[in-house]
Amino acid sequence: MSLIATGDPTLFSIVQLSLQVSLTAVLLASLIALPLGALIALFRFPGRGVVITLLNALMGLPPVVAGLIVYLSLSRAGPLGQFGLLFTPTAMVIAQTLLVLPIIAALTRQAIENLWEEYREQLRSLGSGRIRAIPTLLWDARITLTTVVLAGFGRASAEVGAVLIVGGNIEGVTRVMTTAIALETSRGDLPLALALGLILLVLVALINGTAYLLGEITSRNMQ
Amino acid sequence: MSVTTMSPDPVDGALVELNEISFVRSGNAYLDRASLALRPDGRTIIVGPNGSGKSLLMRIAHGLLKPTRGHVTTGRRNGCPLRQAMVFQRPVMLRRSAQANVIHALTLAGTPRRRRREHAERALASFGLSQVADRPARILSGGEQQRLALARAWALRPEILFLDEPSSALDPAATKAVEEGINTFHEHGTKIVLITHDLGQARRLADDVVFMCCGRIIEHTPASRFFSSPVTEAAAGFLRGELILDTDPPVEQPGKQGGPSF
Repeated sequence: MSLIATGDPTLFSIVQLSLQVSLTAVLLASLIALPLGALIALFRFPGRGVVITLLNALMGLPPVVAGLIVYLSLSRAGPLGQFGLLFTPTAMVIAQTLLVLPIIAALTRQAIENLWEEYREQLRSLGSGRIRAIPTLLWDARITLTTVVLAGFGRASAEVGAVLIVGGNIEGVTRVMTTAIALETSRGDLPLALALGLILLVLVALINGTAYLLGEITSRNMQ
Repeated sequence: MSVTTMSPDPVDGALVELNEISFVRSGNAYLDRASLALRPDGRTIIVGPNGSGKSLLMRIAHGLLKPTRGHVTTGRRNGCPLRQAMVFQRPVMLRRSAQANVIHALTLAGTPRRRRREHAERALASFGLSQVADRPARILSGGEQQRLALARAWALRPEILFLDEPSSALDPAATKAVEEGINTFHEHGTKIVLITHDLGQARRLADDVVFMCCGRIIEHTPASRFFSSPVTEAAAGFLRGELILDTDPPVEQPGKQGGPSF
């Protein structure tokens, strides 16, 4: 408790890096996955069923596997080895983006498909093509999509396997809350592990609480 | 092969002309060689029993669906595509304010940004909705939402307005408001095409009546003629309130509620 109360600088930098990595990953994943999910929802193309099944399956991609894939790509001998990204926060962002992207894309696809079913005739009557409908639908599904993005953030901030493999849990460089908790628990420094665990819980609760309130206010007004 | 063409010189000045339209899905002919010319003047009311193909015909005329066979010819005015709008049985409102719904429609219609707000405000005022302009559209009452649908159409200045049972879910006061709205369009020169099951409404609004049954257009006559001495026995029976039992394949009318799933 005193660690939190005194604002321990090591603790603070770990928390900061955790948030930086996870939030960046969620932002990147959202930028790609929201339009991607909407595109899959609105268009019929060969292999669509396979793509949807694949996305749904990837929602359960084990973090260690994602970590392994990114590790192999970024290691010296890998296809992206020349950039020297392994064991940097950038590598952690890439791994978490890979984890979060399928969740956001798959859930967005479902939400947008339902909304399109409702809006299709009206939007087409107003002269909107499918591409033009994407921003309209994304905005009108904003309440659901906020929850979707949060689910992605939950996954990113809670996982330990991927960041551990590609980041290496290097103190002051790539150590985040989850990897620190794992390390301190195994080393027997339970107070630090507990303090970090507590902060992680509170942060996740705060973000979800804010989003819930926003959603409540909007949905009360918009239904 | 279905063909939708934009004719520079529409036949007989019709806004929309349906020529031998058929609509077939899984072996069932929901529309069978229906031909109809929608001319600029007057209010055309489409009546007929459930499953007669009225909604389908309207969606094809509006361009929401493509016919299996036949031609749809849409007229042009001064080289511009025909401005059309449609009001559905259940208004579909975006999850935004009433005014934002009208602005969205104007955006899609290509109205310059600086004029959208002004046009939207005028349209809302025309239908008595200025008070609720900033309210979320979906918490408005059913009657207000349908008036908002009319205001949204009004903002687009359509030359032809399609309405598919716009007041079937409304109380008498709201129905009256919708009918007044329809007449406002009519007085400003918009061609009205309305589907209704309410024969009282048909009598109040009709200039000419299209009677449909079993996917066919049975007759198309001036309103005075249709209600006093209809040409066909089927229409006479329909007006007397007799049940018309279809013996032909078209049974289900798809897409009445949530839109056709073809």
